[in-house]
Amino acid sequence: MTTVLDPTSERRPATRQRLDRPGSLEGHVVALLDISKPRGDVFLDELERIIIERGANVRRYRKPTFTKPAPVDLRHEIATQCTLVIEALAD
Amino acid sequence: MDGNRTRRTEFVRPDRVEDGGAHQALRHLRLGEYREVMSSSNAAAKPELPDGLVVVVKHECETCRMTAPLLAEIAAASDLTVYTQDDPHFPREVAAIHDVDLSVSWHHDIETVPTLIRVVDGVEVARTVGWSREEWRQVTGIGELGADLPVMRPGCGSMSVDPDRVDALRAAFSDVPIRSRYVEFAGAEDEFEAMFARGWTDGLPVVPPTPERVLNMLTGTTRAPDDVIALAPPDLVELTVEKIAINAVMAGCLPEYLPWVIAALEAACTDTFNMHGVLCTTMGVGPVIICNGPGTRAIGMNSGMNVFGQGTRANMTIGRAVQLAIRNVGGGRPGEVDRATHGNPGKLTFCFAEDEEGSPFSPLSVARGMDPGVDAVTVFAGEGPKCIVDQLARTPDELIATLAASLWSMHHPKLAMAFDVVLVIAPDHARIFHEARWDRSRTLDALHHALQRPGSDLIRGTQGMAEGLPESLRDATVSKFRPDGILLAHAGGGAGLFSTMIGGWVNGGTGSDPVTVAVGS
Repeated sequence: MTTVLDPTSERRPATRQRLDRPGSLEGHVVALLDISKPRGDVFLDELERIIIERGANVRRYRKPTFTKPAPVDLRHEIATQCTLVIEALAD
Repeated sequence: MDGNRTRRTEFVRPDRVEDGGAHQALRHLRLGEYREVMSSSNAAAKPELPDGLVVVVKHECETCRMTAPLLAEIAAASDLTVYTQDDPHFPREVAAIHDVDLSVSWHHDIETVPTLIRVVDGVEVARTVGWSREEWRQVTGIGELGADLPVMRPGCGSMSVDPDRVDALRAAFSDVPIRSRYVEFAGAEDEFEAMFARGWTDGLPVVPPTPERVLNMLTGTTRAPDDVIALAPPDLVELTVEKIAINAVMAGCLPEYLPWVIAALEAACTDTFNMHGVLCTTMGVGPVIICNGPGTRAIGMNSGMNVFGQGTRANMTIGRAVQLAIRNVGGGRPGEVDRATHGNPGKLTFCFAEDEEGSPFSPLSVARGMDPGVDAVTVFAGEGPKCIVDQLARTPDELIATLAASLWSMHHPKLAMAFDVVLVIAPDHARIFHEARWDRSRTLDALHHALQRPGSDLIRGTQGMAEGLPESLRDATVSKFRPDGILLAHAGGGAGLFSTMIGGWVNGGTGSDPVTVAVGS
């Protein structure tokens, strides 16, 4: 762990902020990322059904293995094709 | 003790808690083996020396071991307090206090061991360092002290000035008030990536501005950390010495560069220079920093070979620190207020020293009103350097003709008066002026004379170019530059019949005028 002194005007919080939640799913393209844990697809199938009902489009993605971070190409693909992402972590 | 170097000290800074969360109440500083002390409640208080005689020693020091047998003799005659820096069981001859955190040594400026001090009523009245028989006898008042020892032996360096420890000690004990927010990176977070992610960098990695490094940087100036140098554009935020020091650390500066960074920012953040406009403009200009004075050599600035290029720490990091401070404190970021169409690589850093010793001209800073021999910076809103080639001129007139023709092309061959220029003459070209005994004044007069054109050649629509001057100037004789619009300087490597021009942004009240300020301490 490293502690540093803030080089900025300190007008923004030091911790990175999450983006605001969207008011509605209408018109969004939602990425559902299966991290390749068993039966994660069952959960995501149900999620996809609910999201489509709410007016969003869904694109499905799958990591090669849950033991490693998503490959950079996959992250890039999701970032360029979708506006929202749900990553299912399940056991 | 060395085996404990990697331990981490937990340093409580409740005044720095950002979010009030209990888990955030601890601020962590890496302070090596000083853990025991830093967890005590009053670590930063200056310890008083007891009255009588005080000796500071370390076992590792041969002179300390040589003088150790004398301490029992001194203790028998006076009140003696011995502080040992390394081995708590040294010296065997008398009881010693282990200065485990080196707070006594730090606060009482012990630079050498052994150090012998006499204290009366809480005030130090005498001090000697190393072993000097005569001085030890004077300070202790024992006339026959150390008769068997040599007359004199130098001491050893105090652990409190050990380069491996001094930054941590300064962070632990310094009474310099730090006001900036502490930002803690997560344990698994790569600190360099974390700084990229927070938008603190110019696109290159920066040095993590730890409290230790920032306090060390602040030793480069006598100014207080909370001194406000300027309002940094575009957000008009108070730019303190401390914030500049933080950004100077990130840029890679050494402490001795800090006064130059401060001066350059002081100059850049004036209404005259108009840093806000320099940021906003779509032209590819940034602050070009030209340094003069003996201090440029003292801090190792390059005024010679590859003067505008890479490779010299002072040149690279001073200019970079200025840009980082504008970016981070002022909020001047590309794509936001910085609207440059192309920009130029010099917006990372563009800082160089004038070669005054080899110059046929008086220094640029002197021409701009500074006294000779005064360290000074001139900031100029400029684009990248453009080479002017003339390998055949051997007379000043021939060279002036080349320089003038090249300068006419700057920005547009039919635009004039609106832009200044820095003209940097390299030694091979400067020699032609020197051998003809042309000084700054004569060279500039000749240049301005050669840089005049009839307005009829320059008005809009002539030569097939829509761009140009207004029709009202058709009958005028037009100078390319205003009378003080050529900033003549001498720099560059010893071989090469070249000069360089650095084109400026719009001059005057609607744009930017160069600003020259003295470099303080």
